[in-house]
Amino acid sequence: MDLTAQLIGGLGLPPFLVAALAGILPAVLLITFMALGPIVYVYAETKIAGFMQDRIGPKRVGPHGMLQTVADAVKLLFKEAIFPASADKFLFTLAPCLVVVGAFLSFVVIPFGSRVQGADLNIGVFYVVAVSSLSTVGLIMAGWASNNKYALFGAMRSAAQIVSYEIPAVMSLVVVVMMVGSLSLKDIVEAQQGGLPYWIVWRYFPLNVILFLVFFTATLAECNRAPFDIPEAESELVAGFHTEYSGFFFAMFFMAEYTEMVVLSAVASVLFFGGPLAPHMALQTIGGVGLGPFWLIAKAWTLVFVMMWLRWTLPRLRVDQLMHVAWKVLLPISLALVVVIGGLTLVLPRGFPVVDRIVGWPIVLGIFAMLVVGVLRAVQWSRRRIQEMAA
Amino acid sequence: MHFTASDGVFLAFAAITVGSAVVVTLARSLIYSAFALLFTFFGVAGLYLLLGADFIAASQLLIYVGGILVLLLFGVMLTHKLYDLDLKSEVTQFAPAAIVAAGLFVVLAVLGFRTTWKIGPGRAPSATTDEIGHLFMGQYLLPFEAASVLLLVALIGAAMIVRRKKEA
Repeated sequence: MDLTAQLIGGLGLPPFLVAALAGILPAVLLITFMALGPIVYVYAETKIAGFMQDRIGPKRVGPHGMLQTVADAVKLLFKEAIFPASADKFLFTLAPCLVVVGAFLSFVVIPFGSRVQGADLNIGVFYVVAVSSLSTVGLIMAGWASNNKYALFGAMRSAAQIVSYEIPAVMSLVVVVMMVGSLSLKDIVEAQQGGLPYWIVWRYFPLNVILFLVFFTATLAECNRAPFDIPEAESELVAGFHTEYSGFFFAMFFMAEYTEMVVLSAVASVLFFGGPLAPHMALQTIGGVGLGPFWLIAKAWTLVFVMMWLRWTLPRLRVDQLMHVAWKVLLPISLALVVVIGGLTLVLPRGFPVVDRIVGWPIVLGIFAMLVVGVLRAVQWSRRRIQEMAA
Repeated sequence: MHFTASDGVFLAFAAITVGSAVVVTLARSLIYSAFALLFTFFGVAGLYLLLGADFIAASQLLIYVGGILVLLLFGVMLTHKLYDLDLKSEVTQFAPAAIVAAGLFVVLAVLGFRTTWKIGPGRAPSATTDEIGHLFMGQYLLPFEAASVLLLVALIGAAMIVRRKKEA
């Protein structure tokens, strides 16, 4: 906000106009980013899915099929929105709006850079958790208003899932908040200054890595993504809560899902991976231009990629397994971590002295790199095998 | 006394709160009442925000919208026929209810105007979370702990009730 005010302050506009624009411009920028983002994410998803399944993916529209999702988006915009005859028209229309609003609101507090942030609320993390509850109500509304069994089942499952997984997610947030001593996302970023070894994931190695995995799993479930996508399990529920939605309304649900993935990934990267901070101080600015937004988006998109990777690798959980994971696995782990890390923060507020800075991050990054290489090798192997079989 | 921007915002939030509360009480369909409650909670959260109580506003959203309203919807949907669009609530005993409500309103209004409110010095603190935390862990530790024990008992009690049904 202040940055916008400074940037447009030099234009010689009257003060009230500067104040108004400083409020509106960042909002317009963010909404554009969020509304156009899914075009990129869906293209990435189709390409990644194609790669994982040894297919090509979209390739006809534009170079490498890059305009495929643009075409899809235009198609969805122009398609007729069909209302089922016995649906509740008012709630049927309101529901996708609520879901989208709930997903978009969190973006306000994401720090894209030290000075690029919608608003630095001092309840930041808490705000993110609070506004996401709007989406839950929106989902139930969508399921009920459709007047369709499958839609309602999907909505109920989804609400139960979100309510259950919110608890381990919030518990792991609490741990980070305890370590930093502030709810503000800006303060959490500032607590990780100093480059890669100072990020929160490596602190108290390997406790915070486990904490991050708990948080990441819970957020995955909160955006109803595979392997936690039973609210829209095609094999059982047609398409879950959005069974009856078509055209632009369907696009809104789609947009909300991808936006939520990106928001939660951005939150995870702020909480655990230093958000807009570069891995090395020298990479923070180039020629006086801050690279904060670049680093934040790069980290968030890496996590989004991992989400897509998981979607095309893991089979879907059953309902009882889903609740088992939330209540009997994630919740005890996160509660134990609250106590253990909470105690450690009192004794060693800066983390373990040597292990965190030197040992922790090479191990984790090494494992991650090995996984990526492993997948690439596996795909190459299967390609070669297919060629051999064909020959 | 002149009209400021914050008065306008207050009126907007008050209108949302009261308007949707009216829908909650008068809607013929139970599910409409439940969904209208969402906007009531939202309006109240906005009023808190206007008073500088950001933490309470977010708690309002998290607890009432994310928790209680969702449970309420679950309750409504699970206890009645799921797809019954005619899930109606009737208006009975309109006159006595109106009299009681009006009487309560008068009592509250009179009390509100008569009370000499304790007005603290200066402005509300900009960062509320710090002080809330210190007060909870310091001055009000006992009530805070008592409330959490109460909630724990309620939780265990709810689990016990559900379990007994399963065994029978």
